[in-house]
Amino acid sequence: MSKYTEDDLKKELETKEYEYGFYTDIESDTLPVGLNEDIIVAISKKKEEPDWMTEWRLDAFKKWKEMKEPEWANVKYEKPDLQKISYYSAPSNKPKYNSLDEVDPELLETFKKLGISVDEQKKLAGVAVDVVIDSVSVATSFKDTLSEKGIIFCSMNEAIKKHPELVKKYLGTVIPKTDNYYAALNSAVFSDGSFCYIPKGVKCPMELSTYFRINEAGTGQFERTLVVADKGSYVSYLEGCSAPSRDENQLHAAVVELIALDDAEIKYSTVQNWFPGDSEGNGGVFNFVTKRGLCENNAKISWTQVETGSAVTWKYPSCVLKGKNSIGEFYSIAVTNNFQQADTGTKMIHIGENTKSTIISKGISAGKSQNSYRGLVKINPRAKNSRNFSQCDSLLIGNECGAHTFPYIETKNKSAKIEHEATTSKIGEDQIFYCNQRGIDTEKAIALIVNGFSKEVLNKLPMEFAVEAQKLLEISLEGSVG
Amino acid sequence: MSQLKEKLLSSFIAFEEQKNIDSYVHGIRTKAIKKFEKEGFPTKKMEAWKYTSLKKTLNYDYKLFPTATETLEFKDIKDFLIDDIESYKIIFVDGKYCSHLSETTHDGMDICILSSALSQSKYDLVIENYFDKISKKDGITSLNTAFSSEGSYIHIPKNVQVDKPIQIVYFSTGKNESVLYQPRNLIVVDENSHVEIIERHQSLSSNSILVNSVSEIYCNERSIVQHYKIQDDNRNASLIDNTFISQQRNSDYTLHTFSFGGELTRNNLSIFQNGERIESTIKGITIIGENQHVDHNTLIHHKKPNCNSYQDYKGIFGENSVGVFNGQVLVEKEAQKTNAFQANNNILISDKATINTKPQLEIFADDVKCSHGCTVGQLDKNALFYLRSRGIPEKEATALLMFGFANKVLSSVSIPEVKTRINNIIAKKLGVKIGFDI
Repeated sequence: MSKYTEDDLKKELETKEYEYGFYTDIESDTLPVGLNEDIIVAISKKKEEPDWMTEWRLDAFKKWKEMKEPEWANVKYEKPDLQKISYYSAPSNKPKYNSLDEVDPELLETFKKLGISVDEQKKLAGVAVDVVIDSVSVATSFKDTLSEKGIIFCSMNEAIKKHPELVKKYLGTVIPKTDNYYAALNSAVFSDGSFCYIPKGVKCPMELSTYFRINEAGTGQFERTLVVADKGSYVSYLEGCSAPSRDENQLHAAVVELIALDDAEIKYSTVQNWFPGDSEGNGGVFNFVTKRGLCENNAKISWTQVETGSAVTWKYPSCVLKGKNSIGEFYSIAVTNNFQQADTGTKMIHIGENTKSTIISKGISAGKSQNSYRGLVKINPRAKNSRNFSQCDSLLIGNECGAHTFPYIETKNKSAKIEHEATTSKIGEDQIFYCNQRGIDTEKAIALIVNGFSKEVLNKLPMEFAVEAQKLLEISLEGSVG
Repeated sequence: MSQLKEKLLSSFIAFEEQKNIDSYVHGIRTKAIKKFEKEGFPTKKMEAWKYTSLKKTLNYDYKLFPTATETLEFKDIKDFLIDDIESYKIIFVDGKYCSHLSETTHDGMDICILSSALSQSKYDLVIENYFDKISKKDGITSLNTAFSSEGSYIHIPKNVQVDKPIQIVYFSTGKNESVLYQPRNLIVVDENSHVEIIERHQSLSSNSILVNSVSEIYCNERSIVQHYKIQDDNRNASLIDNTFISQQRNSDYTLHTFSFGGELTRNNLSIFQNGERIESTIKGITIIGENQHVDHNTLIHHKKPNCNSYQDYKGIFGENSVGVFNGQVLVEKEAQKTNAFQANNNILISDKATINTKPQLEIFADDVKCSHGCTVGQLDKNALFYLRSRGIPEKEATALLMFGFANKVLSSVSIPEVKTRINNIIAKKLGVKIGFDI
């Protein structure tokens, strides 16, 4: 076996192109670029939305105009010109599919290339998938099975039309329109997304899943997800993302709201693999996402994320632990390579008594990337006996990357117990040596070590996702280690 | 613009007129006042001041140049000194050097005052090399630089083991006015020398006092500096302490900060490691109660390989006190094999108390070992029960446990008398009459 040196690894990594970078030639119906009230009204019209929704959007737009782009994150990038983006792009020959067989075969081909084809997933895991390409929901599988149980799983657009009372009641309650710059922008221009409602006491029999993809050049993806788990229900929700490689930066500003009513549990898993830009740092997706969940009494929300893509990630899935005994969890793996920058973490807001939260964050930085964990644990005066445990570990690969930790801990209650620990280290030479000695080559050894490093989080993913995530980790880091 | 800022800006001209405008420092001062004019006082909008507001503190009508000075006798200040050891003393009363209480020296080293160092030409070289070289150029430090005229000046030449500790104490009698003091310390420790410094700010009146202190400490190659800050001022005094330390190869700097008193205490501490194999240790104990606010803001900047840093801050917060810890460890690309540790442990004993802590690591080198740990919790109920069941009253039992919690920081104090003094202050603070000597 010829010796595989660090340089070889580096070279291979640099030349490694984004495997999912292809462009599906689907005719799409795109609105002119720019952002103003007319565009918003046009989006609303195209979606055949009721008046209250149009007004909701316009109100958000009004507030957005007064807001400024946040600059506090530990990332550097050229701000996207929001007037040069098309805010709506839908695959134009969009029929109303009843089954997957009717889906544009070219689209199905897309999923095959991605290795997670819809029908394959259907067979394998019984996953109900809602596919969102350029912010428009294309197909939803397993609708009948779900509707038997009273579960509503459809595109946001459909929900607005068919279940306006639910949407009206919950939309924007966890993340107000004015929450932040990108949430306000999303509220004004979101084109579609997924809506999910689990009725009282129902345990969703299968994993629900959404697949996002930005296809059209010069478009932004602004999807909106709303998951409501009524009293005593349970749902596990998966979300996957990818985008074709392009030279310019694409913008992704999504909003995800989770509402877990009394005794409900929501498990939300994300595998984010947007195009990270090439090895020179050109292109890639700006991923500015706002995700937040609200827990009522005895409810539980668990966020799991595997972040391997995007040029710039700015994402803090949070839990508002409002009810007594509610539980919030956050498990994250963030991998950055080349010129990627990630500023990600969570917020755990303890409001109710006996609330518990766990944060496990694993950051892996390689190449010239910067990886930051930014988290807030806030214990309000009424949150008696609340408990938090946080652990943030960073792994550095190569000497041109950076790993940063910014944990904020604010406590206003004496009975609270908080533990936070963070470590930063590199892969030990002795660990690699140990593997080498046993006939495992360096490349494999690193995959092994990184997998072990991230195991705590990978374990939290649903099985079929965990396999994919593990593969992604390997691809993202391939050859980056010496 | 705040009133105080206006007042400061307008009185700068009057202040400078009394000084020698040909001096090297004049240029620095003029630049600094401009910087202050631009930056102003820090506000809560600034990330570093997110949890500490100066609004209330800056609202008093401070006098900038105290006129009346009271003559103090040794018996008046005895309690505030570590009086049972031999030591050099640099004592200031109301911003003025007080020679009859002090004990300084020029014998083989300079332990004296900054005003004389600034005015005598034989010190020019040191001043030009060290003065205002490492201090941050933010608003609050620039303000001190602009008005810097008095403080301690310590220069220990090569290969000197200073025979006894140096005590630097700033008293304010304050008589009947609120005063803003801006002492400035310059401490240069040359190669292979060793010095111990005890620093304290003490108000003797019930008037509102604000001290904006800046210290620059240079630890040259192989030097050892042990520094103690005792902050046990009375309840009307506030302190903004800006300390900057520059360390060269193989030097060892240790700081213990004991924060028990004062209304608002803000410690801005920055350590710059400019050579290899440097040790930096900073530790602190904070025990505060009603209406008190203590903010520790630390930075350890690792620039070179093979250095260590160790931080350990413990806090006990009662009543409606607010504790803030913002510890930053910055490891540059070149600083491989860095070993940085940071711990911040807090106990809340009141429902009204608040703790905001933000231990942050920023790392650009891969072959490093950096970790931080941070906890907020309560005293162990089982331990308390154990002590109670052996006949120790609740108050004493609680005090014993708290003392045990803080003891890890205290155990590394190398001057026994300082340790005893801190023990006594803690006992008093916790309202118990038991000795903690161990």
